[in-house]
Amino acid sequence: MNLLEVSNLSISFGGVKAVQDVSFSVPAGTIYSVIGPNGAGKTTLFNLITGIYTPDHGAIRLQGENIVGKAPNQLAALGMARTFQNLQICSNMSAIENVMVGAHLRLNRNLVKAALRFPSIRRRDLELREEAAQLMRFVGLERFLDSDADSMPYGALKRLEIARALAMQPRVVFLDEPAAGLNPRETEEVAQLVRRVAESGVTVVLVEHDMKMVMALSDRILVMEYGRKLTEGTAEEVRTNPDVIAAYLGGHA
Amino acid sequence: MNRSARIGLSIVLAVLLVLPFVVTNSFYLDLIIRMQINAIIVLGLNLLVGFAGQISLGHAGFVGIGAFASAILPTHFGWSPLAALVAGAVFTGILALIVARPILKLKGQYLAMATLGLGIIINIVLRNESQYTGGPDGMPVPTLEAFGLSITSDWQWYWLLTAMLVFSLWASLNLIDSPFGRALRALHGSEIAAKVTGVDVVRYKVVIFVLSAACASIMGSITAHYIGFITPSVSDFPHSIELLTMVVVGGMASVFGSLVGAVLLTGLPQALASFDGWETLVFGAILVGCMIFMPKGLVPTLAAKFRKQG
Repeated sequence: MNLLEVSNLSISFGGVKAVQDVSFSVPAGTIYSVIGPNGAGKTTLFNLITGIYTPDHGAIRLQGENIVGKAPNQLAALGMARTFQNLQICSNMSAIENVMVGAHLRLNRNLVKAALRFPSIRRRDLELREEAAQLMRFVGLERFLDSDADSMPYGALKRLEIARALAMQPRVVFLDEPAAGLNPRETEEVAQLVRRVAESGVTVVLVEHDMKMVMALSDRILVMEYGRKLTEGTAEEVRTNPDVIAAYLGGHA
Repeated sequence: MNRSARIGLSIVLAVLLVLPFVVTNSFYLDLIIRMQINAIIVLGLNLLVGFAGQISLGHAGFVGIGAFASAILPTHFGWSPLAALVAGAVFTGILALIVARPILKLKGQYLAMATLGLGIIINIVLRNESQYTGGPDGMPVPTLEAFGLSITSDWQWYWLLTAMLVFSLWASLNLIDSPFGRALRALHGSEIAAKVTGVDVVRYKVVIFVLSAACASIMGSITAHYIGFITPSVSDFPHSIELLTMVVVGGMASVFGSLVGAVLLTGLPQALASFDGWETLVFGAILVGCMIFMPKGLVPTLAAKFRKQG
């Protein structure tokens, strides 16, 4: 069964048709990648699906339910998590608190009970701290368990976003260039991490420029160019597709 | 609440328990009481400004509503002071709720302007409705009475406010270290990150705005009863700025910073009285110095320094 079905999705900003008539579907439990040259509309596609933008046309179905027009926080409740190409870290909080924010919807958020320090809330918070610490270990951030987010290096913050997304216990996680700006060794580690996330049962949708990583990980790949879907298929199909080669290398194949 | 917060709270409690043995002079007692009142208002304001990252330049307006509710309702309508205090807080809360949605959609300087405007409107209303408020001359406020007790002596005020202050500190410390508080701080750190993790950002901003306004209103009522006379200047723009300065100097997003800021800025003008005509200049110089050398505020800066050494 397809976890996510996108059909005829379009959005324009003024005269720029950023995403045009894009359709694809993501089977549950797979790693699905979106690639394309810079400016192809990959991040815009992510922003449409995760509710940051509202599409001009088209439908997005998550487990059969149309989610167009839902706010990001409503989508979070439906099991959608994401990370950002340009980090969105709460630098005013500690690393582990950033992860704990991910569990927001699973907690009792009552103001009065919190202010009066109800034992039930305290207990749950202590459990959550342990859960968050485990997630940080899972993404390889055990060194930063006691760190403030603003004292962490870039590569670690990339993983912190993944840990925060996992704390939501999502059905599907959208990773927007998790390896951007990382060195080859870090990239390899992130690739392994993405695979472990998928193995834990979370469907992964990935935007990434590192072709080695994309080809190695992806069950299926969507190729975009100029806001349109160029082709879609397995790594092997995409690699040998003449249109894809032309889009990346230029010229006519 | 972590260890340093618990130690901080114990120190505050100890100081408040020891003060009565040290302070004999009614002048200093009055100063301490005003510090306590300001500290609680600033705590509420810091939850909004420091923790949630939403500016308010109109908070004195909410103080004014509370103060005049406690003056007008018992005097003109025969309400009990406690009912008037609650009514003031509820009215302020509802007003804050109504304006919060449109106002809190704004950001940065636009939010500052909107809250500034709100404060000024409240101030104008209090100034002009002179048949009820006494206009710019103000009006007397009856004694605070509740459950057969009346709060008249300064020592009674001291103990009442000590209890309120310690409770407010404790509740704030609990709140910021809870799911609710983390959501508030997260929307300050990155609104978009808060949204995608499921935080209903607008709702949280509205709730903390209402809470902060109601807190200011309650303390406005307390101020009115304590002083026994109130003028609309309690709601004016300079007072809003004064409260905000206490937040910034003490430390944004610092519970104990709110206390330190309120104590310092309430006490400093008195301490500087010996400069005789130059006190405003010295006061300004101290503030500028604080902001240049401790831009994060007194408590966060000193805490960081202490942590590095220890």
